[in-house]
Amino acid sequence: MATRRLTRQEQLQQTIMYPVDWLEERSGLVGGLRYFLFRKVPGDINWFQTLGSATLTAFIVQALTGSILAMYYKPDPNSAYPSIQHITNDVWAGWLVRGMHRWGASVFIILMFMHMGRVFLFGAYKYPRELNWILGVLLLAMGLGEGFTGYLLPWDQTAYWATVVGININGTAPFLGPFIAQFLQGGTAINPDTLARFYAIHMLMIPGAIFALIGLHLYLVIRLGVTSPPWSKEAAGTGPSPNGRVTKTRRGLMRPGTRRNGR
Amino acid sequence: MQPHDEHPHVPGPSLWPVGFAVGIVVLLIGLIVSWYIAGLGALVALAFAFLWVRDLTAGTPLAHAEEVPPESPTGAAIPAPEGGDAMPPSEPEERYPRSKFLELSTLGVGGVIGGLVSAPAIGFMVAPAFLKQGVKDHDIGPLTDYPDGKFVVATFMSDKTQGEVSRRTAFVRSNGQLNGQPSFTIISNHCAHLGCPVQPNGPLEEQKKKQLGDVTLIPTVSIAGFGCPCHGGQYDTEGNRTAGPPVRALDRYSFSIRNGHLFLGKPFSVSHVDGAGASAKIHKWTLAFPGEHVNGIESWLYPVQPPH
Repeated sequence: MATRRLTRQEQLQQTIMYPVDWLEERSGLVGGLRYFLFRKVPGDINWFQTLGSATLTAFIVQALTGSILAMYYKPDPNSAYPSIQHITNDVWAGWLVRGMHRWGASVFIILMFMHMGRVFLFGAYKYPRELNWILGVLLLAMGLGEGFTGYLLPWDQTAYWATVVGININGTAPFLGPFIAQFLQGGTAINPDTLARFYAIHMLMIPGAIFALIGLHLYLVIRLGVTSPPWSKEAAGTGPSPNGRVTKTRRGLMRPGTRRNGR
Repeated sequence: MQPHDEHPHVPGPSLWPVGFAVGIVVLLIGLIVSWYIAGLGALVALAFAFLWVRDLTAGTPLAHAEEVPPESPTGAAIPAPEGGDAMPPSEPEERYPRSKFLELSTLGVGGVIGGLVSAPAIGFMVAPAFLKQGVKDHDIGPLTDYPDGKFVVATFMSDKTQGEVSRRTAFVRSNGQLNGQPSFTIISNHCAHLGCPVQPNGPLEEQKKKQLGDVTLIPTVSIAGFGCPCHGGQYDTEGNRTAGPPVRALDRYSFSIRNGHLFLGKPFSVSHVDGAGASAKIHKWTLAFPGEHVNGIESWLYPVQPPH
C-alpha cells in the first residue's frame, strides 16, 4: 500500500491532536467531555434554561475567589478585621477579589432562586426529575448556609450582631433549637472559637457538600435530559409526535420500562 | 405500543390544592389572631387535603394496578446446541457462599473502621460546645459605686482569656435595703427577642465614667426603660416587655456581696416582674436562649435546655 505524503494541514492536525488522542485512548475523558458538553437537547429550549449553568458559574467564581481570599484572611478575633482591612486596602487587587466574593455571593443566591423559579414554572420538577428538585433544595439550603457563615467573617459590628440574631433565630426552633444554637456558637455565647468554627464550615464543610451535590445534580440532568418548555408541541402529555414515533430528544421523558423496548 | 403508555402518570388538573393552600393560610393567620380561626383553617386544610388525596388516588395504580405482561421474547424458544447439555447441571447450592461472606465482611470492617475514625472527630466538633460551660462570679466594683434608685451601666469581660469578645453588659440598680440586706436589680442587656444589645432610654453621665480593671461603670441620670435598636423591642425599668417582638422580660443576673464588692453570678431568665424595686416579685426561670418562651403553652417547645 503506497503511503501518501501528508499535507501540511494534516501534519499540523496530527501534531495538535496527538496529546488529545493520547489522553482519550487512556482515559476516555475527551469522549466523556464531548458527551457532556454536546449532548442532545430539545429543539425548543430557550435562554431561561441557561440559569442553571449561570448558577454553576457563580459558584465556581465563589470557590475560586474564596480560596484566594483564604490566603490572606486570618480567622481570629484579634486579626480577622485587620486582615480584611489589609485585603481591601493593601493587597494588590484585594478590593476586587473581595468585592467579587462579596457581591458574587448575592449573585449566586439570586441565580439559585431564578433557576428554581424556572424549574417550577416549566414544571421541570415532575416525573422523573423529582429527585433532582430535592437535590436542588438541598443545594439552596447549603447556599444559604454559606451566606450565613460567611457573613460573620469580616468580624465587624454588622457581622457580629447579624450572627447573634441568626444564631438566636436557630435557637427558637422547637425542641432542638437551643442545642443547634449552642453547637453553632461552640459554647453558651459567641467566643473566639465561634469565628474559626464558622470559617471551617464556610470554606471546607459546606463547599465540599455543595461540590458533591452539584455532581449528583448534573449527573441526573445528563441522565434524564433537559425538559421542553411547557408550551412545547413535543412536551410530555400532549400526545404522540406527528409521525407516531418517539423522537430521540424525548427519550428522557419516558418511563424507564418503555425506554428499552419502546418505539 | 399504545400511545397512552408513553407518558408517565400525571394527575389531572384539580382545584383541591388551592383550597388546601387557603386552609393553611387561614391556619397561619389564626395562629396570630385567634385559636378559633386557626382551628377553622385546620379544618379547611384537612378537608381539602382529604379531597385532594382522594382525587390523586382514584383511578391510579394506587387504587387498581393494571396487569403488566411479563417481559418475554416472542417466538419459539431458542434450541440448545446439540451434543450434550447447554449447561452442566448445577451443584446443590451452597448455604452460605464464600463470596457473600467476603462482601459482608468487607462492608462490616469498613463500617467499623469508619465509625472508629469519625466518632471521636464528630465528638470533638460537638462536645466542647456543651462541656465545661458555666460562668464564674465576677467582681463589678464596690457597693459605693452604685447609688440608690439609679441604673449604672456596667460592662465587663466575663473571661479575660477570651478578650473583648467576652464583654458583657448589665444594668445595675441599687434598691436600698430589704430586711436589712442590700437589694439590687441587675438586668442583662441581651434583648429577649433575638439577643441584640438593649440600650437605656435616657442620657448616660459619660463624664462620671469609672474604669476598674476590665469593668467600666457609667451612671445614668434617669432612664425610662430600655429599648433594642435591632427590631424595636421596648422594656420598662424592671425589664418587663412593654412593646415590640420580645417574648418575655429581660434576663437578670444573680448577685452576691463579698468584702463590700458586688459580684455578678449566674444569669437567669424572667417571664415577667410584678411590682418594682426591692419589693418586686420576679418570676424566675432557667436561662433560655432569646426568643424562647419560658412559660405558657409555647414553652412546651423548649422542654430541655443545654447546660449553660
